[in-house]
Amino acid sequence: MLDRSLFARRDRPLGAAPTSNDRARVSPAPAGVRLSLRVRGAEGLSRLGLGLAINRMSAEGERFSARLGPNEWLLGAGEADLEALEAEIEAALGDRFHSVVDVSHRNVGLEISGPDAAAALNAGCPLDLGDAAFPAGSATRTLLGKAEIVLLRPTAEPLYRVECWRSFAPYVHAFLVEAARTA
Amino acid sequence: MLLIDCPFCGTRPETEFRCGGEAHIARPADPSALDDGAWAEHLFVRSNPRGLHAERWVHAHGCGRWFNAVRDTFTDRFVETYKAGEQPSHPIDDARA
Repeated sequence: MLDRSLFARRDRPLGAAPTSNDRARVSPAPAGVRLSLRVRGAEGLSRLGLGLAINRMSAEGERFSARLGPNEWLLGAGEADLEALEAEIEAALGDRFHSVVDVSHRNVGLEISGPDAAAALNAGCPLDLGDAAFPAGSATRTLLGKAEIVLLRPTAEPLYRVECWRSFAPYVHAFLVEAARTA
Repeated sequence: MLLIDCPFCGTRPETEFRCGGEAHIARPADPSALDDGAWAEHLFVRSNPRGLHAERWVHAHGCGRWFNAVRDTFTDRFVETYKAGEQPSHPIDDARA
């Protein structure tokens, strides 16, 4: 007879309610505005986080600005803030050549928090999420399992924000719930 | 996992990158002046060294930028990475790293 503990645990494929784990919680983030901003030659600009180093972010309330590459930023704001943010971009960049694309409908946000949040993310994300390598204010595009995500860490708290594309959201959410359950 | 040093993002895991083949291949200034053989040579013929090889790489799931890397094809070790448009500090020849 096989020892009972050697049997694989059987999980139902659908319908199991996400179990909350006190050490890693996954929750969908509220809807918000997301703009993809591309500027070539943003040297000398400081407003709207344009002066941030690559893979760094700043956040204030619902607003955030994350620099994902040499000429690419992801800007976030509350639902009612779109026009104000667009006006600020216009004012900050003046007649510099730039492109702003509203990707609010494309992006889905998830928050994962708790002491084991980084361990849960590392179930599918190959980055080093230790405090030395990924400190507060870090933001980058990376992978989670088979899906591309943008990973944001606004503060020193163990709270990470995952932004993924809408069609990837069920996969990313299920992946994180499962990872948080077993982290 | 193999780590690759993106010139923009720093050391990142290999799965975020894609390889784009051999680097420093200059497109002929006037393609219509070439005969078919020379044009085919430009399009299809690549070096295949056992040793140091300059390659184009893209940080596809990161900053999205193309850059160049010198990689040893025998050991799969990345000797150096540098931005597109720059020249490697390592001489590229058939010698092993």
